[in-house]
Amino acid sequence: MGAGHAHRLHLERTSPVHALPPHCKIVAAFAFVLVVVSTPREAVWAFGLYALLLAAVAAAARIPPGFVLRRMLVEVPFVAFAVLMPFVAEGERVEVLGMSLSVSGLWGAWNVLAKGTLGVAASVLLAATTELRALLLGLQRLKLPPLLVQIATFMIRYGDVIADELRRMSIARRSRGFEARGIRHWGVLAKTAGALFIRSYERGERVHLAMVSRGYTGTMPVIDDVTATRAQWARAAVLPTAALAVCLIGWTL
Amino acid sequence: MHVPDGFIDAPVSAAAGVLAAGAVAVSLRGARRELDERTAPLAGLVAAFIFAVQMLNFPVAAGTSGHLLGGALAAILVGPYTGVLCISVVLLMQGVLFADGGLTALGVNITVMGVVTVITAHLVFRGLLAVLPRGRGSALAAAFAGALVSVPASAAAFTLLYAVGGTTDVPVGKVLAAMLGVHVLIGIGEAAITAATVGAVLAVRPDLVHGVKGLAAPLKLRVGGELVDAPAAEAPAAGPARSGRAVWAAGLAAALVLAGFVSFYASASPDGLEKVAADQGIDAKAEQYEHATADSPLADYGVKDVDDERLSVGLAGVIGVGATVAVGTGVFWAARSRRTAAARPAADPETSAV
Repeated sequence: MGAGHAHRLHLERTSPVHALPPHCKIVAAFAFVLVVVSTPREAVWAFGLYALLLAAVAAAARIPPGFVLRRMLVEVPFVAFAVLMPFVAEGERVEVLGMSLSVSGLWGAWNVLAKGTLGVAASVLLAATTELRALLLGLQRLKLPPLLVQIATFMIRYGDVIADELRRMSIARRSRGFEARGIRHWGVLAKTAGALFIRSYERGERVHLAMVSRGYTGTMPVIDDVTATRAQWARAAVLPTAALAVCLIGWTL
Repeated sequence: MHVPDGFIDAPVSAAAGVLAAGAVAVSLRGARRELDERTAPLAGLVAAFIFAVQMLNFPVAAGTSGHLLGGALAAILVGPYTGVLCISVVLLMQGVLFADGGLTALGVNITVMGVVTVITAHLVFRGLLAVLPRGRGSALAAAFAGALVSVPASAAAFTLLYAVGGTTDVPVGKVLAAMLGVHVLIGIGEAAITAATVGAVLAVRPDLVHGVKGLAAPLKLRVGGELVDAPAAEAPAAGPARSGRAVWAAGLAAALVLAGFVSFYASASPDGLEKVAADQGIDAKAEQYEHATADSPLADYGVKDVDDERLSVGLAGVIGVGATVAVGTGVFWAARSRRTAAARPAADPETSAV
């Protein structure tokens, strides 16, 4: 995990995309992915247009392409799975480079790859242009239950703390000459996980007591409530609307 | 591995989303009972723990390593409601922040990896605990079994969603066989790690393990250099506990009968499905390609014939699991009254540092 509090997911910029209220962006990203998913897979050109739309958003947000591409490595395990698909799927087969591949499997792999990649890119852009805290506020604004938002807030706030605790334990293990090499060492690692659980739980209790002593009654006061004007909604709607147009053309052609 | 966008079609994703939302809503209420107003910080910190522990790599052999999935561990350590909440929040944050798992597939991910895993692990764990003799060993064995069953159950749930709403043409029999095969192996690793982790927590803070609240050793007093049982506070716990155990045993018997049916279907289905695919799937597909080569609606209809056959099996499975859950929850509610609010005294020296 990154050091300090500058989170590696977020890129601080001043851009029209960054300035949009978080809940508009969440709705826009979700609507975009929904449109992409419901596009027929035979309309190959449509997915190219979607990619161009996302590239335009990234350019408007001044997010370097390298950043987006690096973050998109998260889908690698899934690409491996998609590559297997033409080999195991059934139906008509074609010869490509001397290999017998299933036509429907190729279409399936293309379908999942294209839609999955676009979905990942949309999520990456959303996270890169929206602060964590704003994202949670946006989710609350979208009527996610407040308790769930609070839990998510605590998870985000203490995620790095707990991960650092785990890292410190790993350093302590290694500095005593321990190196996990196989199943024989699982006991030690499991003890680490157990200790981490106890520390996390006890930290939760301490956090709760500290909050109670500051007047916490079960709900968090919302100080910086986010609101959106009609113009901001309209600007956020540009991406899903353009995508919807592409999708409709894709269905009619 | 998280399900990405476009893998399961839109209607099934939406249905899974509704299911996940319902499960999260029920868990929100349940977690408030499990943790009262401490819910937010405690569930948040446990979610952070799950998130962090997924980074802990367990070397398997020759350079490969795996990590804990955490569903079973959460169910056993903090209880089913809080467990579902924590896993759901982890998945939500992974989807929104880390682009791990599609936004539209969020419902699928929460249902498959959160709800199914946690509930299965919880039911197996509590069921075994009710019949096994009380003790650390049986708690560990129950944790092992719970985690072992939860991972293939999750894979089976995914296969069920895939059978109804998969967008690719891989036959369900193959998917089920591959998923179950891989996930039984993963489940063994998960089970070993989960049991060892629960054991580590039990050794230090048995009161923190939600699943074995009654296991804490009786209070001893040192009187004149000899340990004697503390006199009070034991008598009231014994009565209801025994009746609760009887109810649990009855519930487990019912669950076992149901699970027997479910496992019968599960073990019969790979062969059955492959046979069905061989008997009908190839014909249906050949027909489909003659009529319209790349017309996607027809492609859907072509598979429908097979789907109905599978659906009957799948439906039986769902009913079985649903009934198991219903019985389990009913028993859980009945036995719940003996739960004591064991609020930990907050007088430890380290409590000041937050």
